[in-house]
Amino acid sequence: MYKILSKRELAQGTVVENVISAPRIAKKAKPGQFVILRVNETGERIPLTMADTDPDKGTITLIYQVVGKTTALMKSLGVGDGYQDIAGPLGKPTHIEKVGTVVCIGGGTGIAVLHPITRALKEAGNKVYALCGARTKDLLIMEDAMAAASTECTLCTDDGSCGYHGFGTDLLKQILDREKVDLVVGIGPVPMMKFVCAVTKPYNVKTLVSLNAIMVDGTGMCGCCRATVGGKTQFACVDGPEFDGHQVDFDELAKRLRGYSDMERQSMELFEHKCSCK
Amino acid sequence: MAEVKEKVPRQKMPEQDPGVRKRNFKEVPLGYPAETAILEAGRCLQCKTPGCSKGCPVGIDIPGFIKEIASKNFEAGIAKLKEQNALPAVCGRVCPQESQCEGGCILGKKGESVAIGRLERFLADWERNEGKVKLPNIPAPTGKRVAVVGSGPSGLTVAGDLCLKGHDVTVFEAFHKPGGVLLYGIPEFRLPKDILFAEINYLERLGVKFEVNSVVGKVVSLEELFAEGYQAIYVAVGAGLPYFLGVPGENLIGVYSANEYLTRSNLMKAYLFPEYDTPLVRGKNVIVVGAGNVAMDSARTAMRMGADTVKIVYRRSREEMPARAEEIHHAEEEGIELFLLTNPVRFMGDADGRLTTVECQKMELGEPDASGRRRPVPIEGAFFTMPTDLAVISVGAGANPLLTSTTPALSLNKRGYIVAQAETGKTTMKGVWAGGDIVTGMATVIQAMGAGKQAAASMHAYLTMGW
Repeated sequence: MYKILSKRELAQGTVVENVISAPRIAKKAKPGQFVILRVNETGERIPLTMADTDPDKGTITLIYQVVGKTTALMKSLGVGDGYQDIAGPLGKPTHIEKVGTVVCIGGGTGIAVLHPITRALKEAGNKVYALCGARTKDLLIMEDAMAAASTECTLCTDDGSCGYHGFGTDLLKQILDREKVDLVVGIGPVPMMKFVCAVTKPYNVKTLVSLNAIMVDGTGMCGCCRATVGGKTQFACVDGPEFDGHQVDFDELAKRLRGYSDMERQSMELFEHKCSCK
Repeated sequence: MAEVKEKVPRQKMPEQDPGVRKRNFKEVPLGYPAETAILEAGRCLQCKTPGCSKGCPVGIDIPGFIKEIASKNFEAGIAKLKEQNALPAVCGRVCPQESQCEGGCILGKKGESVAIGRLERFLADWERNEGKVKLPNIPAPTGKRVAVVGSGPSGLTVAGDLCLKGHDVTVFEAFHKPGGVLLYGIPEFRLPKDILFAEINYLERLGVKFEVNSVVGKVVSLEELFAEGYQAIYVAVGAGLPYFLGVPGENLIGVYSANEYLTRSNLMKAYLFPEYDTPLVRGKNVIVVGAGNVAMDSARTAMRMGADTVKIVYRRSREEMPARAEEIHHAEEEGIELFLLTNPVRFMGDADGRLTTVECQKMELGEPDASGRRRPVPIEGAFFTMPTDLAVISVGAGANPLLTSTTPALSLNKRGYIVAQAETGKTTMKGVWAGGDIVTGMATVIQAMGAGKQAAASMHAYLTMGW
């Protein structure tokens, strides 16, 4: 059992932060790595990238958006409850080095994944611009943490309710036009990552993305998370989760992510029905 | 006396009717009743130099335990069996007896061999069902700590053997439950998971500790395990890197590796969705590519998940099919069709990226290849398509580099498998042994257990006398 030590709702009750006791994982985890979590005996295994770790306290921080049954079930748990299984750290860590100027652009809960990477890139001596976007102000997360982790952090919302009115990619383009950028890290929903790559491509700037593929074991054993990168099949769990975004087939990834949408809906309806009957 | 024995035919195994079982996940063979087991055991000639035991990778005294069954002394029989094999209920179900113990049975030369596997299963089931499971005497603790990486058949064998020598054994498993391929790979209808868990529970009662969710190589390295106080390590992580065909359309939704398909169904219990949360595509027209035991398991699972048609698509002929005859027989009984000398060349899907069609090419057999089997050669222009909404690729697995790539002291062969001494399982890293599929490539449960047996003996010698 992996105990939940704290629980915080970050955005309109749909984005939740858990600090969880997992000493062995906390000791080893590096930015960019993920865990596989199973809530209970009948649960599925889902991958979640760690938003933070504290090796001294033996904790990991997970931030998730409630999108289906498993995340709804996670949200129903409180401090003192626990998750039955957490395995990790999995995947390759982000390659952190001093390259010069970096733009870290995050959307939605992708910002949680981006946070430790941003901090590590800054600590490595890079000038790091952080661009954090969401649909609207209430859905924006980790503004302070991202400000602390970066050299300069700009917020933006699609509806203009907070920060810049528009997409983060507009701001990204402004920076690219203005100065030499050595690396872009873009993490968020698939359409956003695809768009980030489309923006950086003409500037020929290396762009890393983190693929949130569906997984089962997370150790390269099943191939569930396969994605086409540079025309070749790669496993997001062991070859990634980060890849050169200019090589990724985002359309295929988006389709594969929707592979079980009917069954996911059925699961969610049953869960909500059960909850309302209580 | 000998004449009487010859008159008793090999006893048939009662089984679920194919028409019924093809739609349920209950075990197919029902097991011998006691009187049938006694009758079957009476067929054994009790050879002075038994061919059967020679064929057993873990060296069970086969005539010994059969003699006890014949004289209705089941308790003594199971004790004899467990001297060499900690997992008899598993082996009695999944071993390829026809090419091992039963293949060496003298009765098989002229007629039918003794049903050794069924008798093994009978004793293990009898013991469990009667609640007679007894713990053997365990010697005083030696104070030596052993780490076993991987809880499949090889790892479990080492854990059991070394525990019985008084060593302190911890098994590390990457998944959330122990069992390895016995759990995620072999379906419920061939190996009920309650039975597997009972065997694992027996090991726990012997004193074996299990640490699940522990991906060794990621959360802890072998060097760190030594630093934590383990004095010897057995690496048995299996051959967990699925091969795909490398044909267009293979990433469509509805195309699975057998590993994924079976893991979802067996370990995650997707066949019980929505009671269990893990989803799995339920195909109406299913193809399974490959013809080994894993392919048969996948095909029979798809049938039980409600498929209208399930086809085994295999590029060679029936003669070259690697699956056990019994598995092929069971599959065909359940309505699974064999599309032999057929090779998929392309998968096609709809706008949502879902598999709808497979295109295949007919093959013919040419000259023998490196494996000694006749090479399948494509027939020019002989293409055809079939409607397909689920395809399971079951063409084998390679060495998973997750652990080996983080352990430079382990020498690997050119295919990525760990180099280990044949007789002992010793690797090139001091204090580390390896066995099972990560050394040999994909093989059988019992071969992995045989490797475990040898390694356990060598590890015990090391722990008591040195490298």
